[in-house]
Amino acid sequence: MAAINYAVDQSVAIISWNMTSAPMNVLNDESIPEFEAALKRAYADSEVKGIIVTSDKNEFVAGADLKMILRNNDKDPAEMLKVSAELNRIFRAMETSGKPAVAAINGTALGGGFEICLACHYRIALDTPKTQIGLPEVTIGLLPGGGGTQRLPRMLGMEMALPLLVEGKRLNPKEALQAGLVNDLAASREELLEKAKAWIAANPSPLQPWDERDRKTGQIVGKDNFKVPGGAVQSPMGVRVFSGGTAMLMDKTRGNYPAPLAIMSCVYEGLQVNIDRALTIEGRYFVKVATSNVAKNLIQTMFLGMNEANKGAGRPKNIPPTEVKKVGILGAGMMGSGIAYVSALAGLQVVLKDVSAAAAEKGKDYSRNLLKKGVERGKVDPLKVDGILNLIHATDRAEDLRGCDLIIEAVFESRDLKAQVTKGAEPMLAENGVFASNTSTLPITGLAQASANPENFIGLHFFSPVDKMQLVEIIMGRQTSDYALALCMDYVKKIRKTPIVVNDSRGFYTSRVFGTYTAEGMELLKDGVNPVLIENAGKDAGMPVGPLAVTDEVALDLVYKISGQAVHDGVLQETDTSYRIGKTFVDLGRLGKKAKAGFYEYPEDGKKYLWLGLSDLFPVSEQQPAIEEVKKRLLYRQAIETVRCFEEGVIRTKLDADLGSVLGWGFPPYTGGTLSFVEFVGTDNFVRECDRLADTYGERFRPTDRLRQLADHGENFHEMKRA
Amino acid sequence: MAEAFIYDAVRTPRGRGKSDGSLHDVQPIQLLTSVLRELRDRNELDTSLVDDVIMGCVTPIGEQGADIARTAVIEAGYAESVAGVQLNRFCSSGLEAINMAAAYVMSGQVDAIIAGGVESMSRVPMGSDGGALFMNPQIVARHNIVPQGISADLIATKYGYSRNDVDTFAAESYRRATDAQQANRFSRTLVPVKDEIGITILDRDEGVRPSTTVESLSKLKPSFEMMGQMGLDALALLKYAEYDKINHVHHAGNSSQIVDGAAGLLVGSREFGEKAGLKPRASIKAFAIVGSEPTIMLTGPLPATEKVLKKAGMSISDIDLFEVNEAFAVVPLLFMDKFGVDHGKVNVNGGAIALGHPLGATGAIISATLLDELERSDKQLGLSTLCIGGGMGIATIFERMN
Repeated sequence: MAAINYAVDQSVAIISWNMTSAPMNVLNDESIPEFEAALKRAYADSEVKGIIVTSDKNEFVAGADLKMILRNNDKDPAEMLKVSAELNRIFRAMETSGKPAVAAINGTALGGGFEICLACHYRIALDTPKTQIGLPEVTIGLLPGGGGTQRLPRMLGMEMALPLLVEGKRLNPKEALQAGLVNDLAASREELLEKAKAWIAANPSPLQPWDERDRKTGQIVGKDNFKVPGGAVQSPMGVRVFSGGTAMLMDKTRGNYPAPLAIMSCVYEGLQVNIDRALTIEGRYFVKVATSNVAKNLIQTMFLGMNEANKGAGRPKNIPPTEVKKVGILGAGMMGSGIAYVSALAGLQVVLKDVSAAAAEKGKDYSRNLLKKGVERGKVDPLKVDGILNLIHATDRAEDLRGCDLIIEAVFESRDLKAQVTKGAEPMLAENGVFASNTSTLPITGLAQASANPENFIGLHFFSPVDKMQLVEIIMGRQTSDYALALCMDYVKKIRKTPIVVNDSRGFYTSRVFGTYTAEGMELLKDGVNPVLIENAGKDAGMPVGPLAVTDEVALDLVYKISGQAVHDGVLQETDTSYRIGKTFVDLGRLGKKAKAGFYEYPEDGKKYLWLGLSDLFPVSEQQPAIEEVKKRLLYRQAIETVRCFEEGVIRTKLDADLGSVLGWGFPPYTGGTLSFVEFVGTDNFVRECDRLADTYGERFRPTDRLRQLADHGENFHEMKRA
Repeated sequence: MAEAFIYDAVRTPRGRGKSDGSLHDVQPIQLLTSVLRELRDRNELDTSLVDDVIMGCVTPIGEQGADIARTAVIEAGYAESVAGVQLNRFCSSGLEAINMAAAYVMSGQVDAIIAGGVESMSRVPMGSDGGALFMNPQIVARHNIVPQGISADLIATKYGYSRNDVDTFAAESYRRATDAQQANRFSRTLVPVKDEIGITILDRDEGVRPSTTVESLSKLKPSFEMMGQMGLDALALLKYAEYDKINHVHHAGNSSQIVDGAAGLLVGSREFGEKAGLKPRASIKAFAIVGSEPTIMLTGPLPATEKVLKKAGMSISDIDLFEVNEAFAVVPLLFMDKFGVDHGKVNVNGGAIALGHPLGATGAIISATLLDELERSDKQLGLSTLCIGGGMGIATIFERMN
């Protein structure tokens, strides 16, 4: 067999996963039948007294093959239900075969992998800190469709199980033991198998509490009146869990993610019937979410796409691997300090330079504080702290930068200042070293004029706070070489961030499109839409923060400055709404959150609230639009701007557009990202709606000609040819 | 179409709906049976003239389960031919029973029905019957179903009622109830609950607190704020996106009290009255039931009142007295503001805030109170209305007979 090894040892069948066709053990069309065949062999062999399920690889089983699920996404639901029912039939047969089955969890067991374990009668995990155990399906828009929504609450009770199912939390073996996901731990592989065998010997004929033996046939069947530990669905506890729990869920998802709600329903409906009927209910909900657009988007962008990007999908293939060992950072402010921290964390030598040693040292304190917090939370090994900090050399001497493979400047956004530090630091670079600017707005080609080697000059746009934000936007200047790009991608991979690659232009990609979100918020305000409705529409559409609140965070003087520059450059008219509102608010001294006054008021002793003076500046119309219309304006505006970026060549791939939008400024993941959103809506519909929006609100919504062609030909963005 | 008349009304006092309440050791079947017996005994009623007993009960499980109306009929010693049915239209059940009885009588298929309700909230807690409406995750999420307190606070938010507005209304309810109790205005309908050995357990509504003032109410903490922060406010605001938060103004002192109690009204045709030798006290002119938006839930009295007035060919100014159930203070406040009705005509003897709201029975109790007050104050037309869980409203117009 290619995927599953089978052996009998001391009357115990050891069924060991060992897929050769995939980098990790996954449940798919190849492995599932083999797993079943192995199980059947064990059932049939009267010498076999029990079954151990384990793996020969590092991980146990990582989950279902998402490509298989994606393949079935648009298939007939009945077909998909068959696949899911098949898996449940196999698991249920293992549970009811009469022979004890033990999961010897030697490594990570997630999703369908852990559902195998749940269908066993006993679970022992090898205690290694890297092992992850859990049912994280919900994070990619799915639900545990292999009995997970039924067995976990039957084991732990609904109140304990629901958070694990709905949040998709991954636990290490110790946490899993404490939570009751596994029954025992083992210190070594040998002990793991010994304990498994001992349990089998002691429990020759196990019966799950939700099962019973049929009086007539002796077969194991689901028990009708199983008492769920902790309380039944129809109980005061059930009312609390399902009424309150659903509300909490809706608060979080704003109704945009069907999977967590479907999980609630699986538990609510499934725990009122016996397990056999419950698995049918789970199967229906599984198919419902697995065939949804949301699951497709999440799997495509947030899982497969992210993996692809992290592996360096956009890296020039012809450049051999580079290795950045020493990185220099100019400017020890918030961004520079953050870049120093993530670089040191990845084991790189860091030179953190500022104008004074004290300022540089202060930048290093940023890492000290984060590491301290990490230790307090048990996330950082205290023994490693000094080693990481020793990698950061805080200095005011340019000389110390000598030999850096990469220098990133993170000084104030001023062309002159940037030119000055570029000239000062560039000569210190190692041979073939690359100079990067962490600018969020200034065109790279222009900044590269200060460089002696513009082909080795590039943009590395980090997001704040650097330690939390996953994205790095790599910006290619007109002369930037593939080599510089490859080196930066290798560096980004090393610091475990996700890169996207964009071409030089005003605001690049992320700042430009994000700017349309804040701008549309201001257009809505100008149109007399109730500001509360604007903010709620942003949040309900799935954006992390309402457009006005986020504009306050960006600061209105910056909005004024950026739009003013665009007006100056002739790109925007003076009548531009952002420009005018920016000016008004700068004149009022209401610069945003930092001034404790912007669109919002920020009282010292309470939550922020919308400034009451807004209604004087922007009288609220009698007739208010439906929230759906407001949501549409906010999302479509970002999507159509992304289409323009794509056509103009600012953004090079659909995946970069999608990932950049989700990771960069929080465009809602359920859409799959700004370009997936267009396909999610349907390109036809999108064009039609954009025309309507353009007719109603302005030309900024007008679809491009090529987008129209795309819609006419029913093509997608992968097929769209750029000029 | 035949006319439907009310011949008499009987209710128990309302006892605090907790384990320290006076009626906590009285079973709901005893409360209801005592009402049926009293109606029979004081009217010397030949119970074989009664076709059916329709009783509202909102939590019909446990000892309130298994058709408590029929159980009470048997236990009260009524003629074997008298049937019994329990219904549940949440808070309006007691009035729904009256309306159904009236409809039966008007249809000519039935001569007499005892209609009312029972709820022992201290023994069978509100919500203990679960229900898909409140528990099924798909339904809760799809229709933004929140507890009534959140809905009441949403009304306060939407229509701009402040904490002081609702406290002022509540204090007035207490003041009126205190006056009414002291003046013995409930005595025609209210019959004391006695125990097995004939000793009176409770002879007055237990929740009335004469010392209640706006000042004392202002000290109470909002009841639904914490619950709201756990996601329920957000669930409601998904539908009411024009508000950034819910203003939590309701608390134990300006919401209806949880109590135990039962009531029954004898409803019948003219012929029934003649046969039984009884004089009608009032006629049922018109009634209406309506669905309304289920998240804000408690605005139903407005469309229900409009509907019933239209049915009766009347206008709001024709009505002399109103009983608007005080589920929460905002409900009657909104009613008065929307219809421009003077507070002097509404809940003149206090309401459920001071007196209590035994869910299944309240609709019958407030209608009986309305009849008593029409007679006492020599007025003609009265209207009872209640807001209802799930987003409904009910209203009935009664005309006093001389």
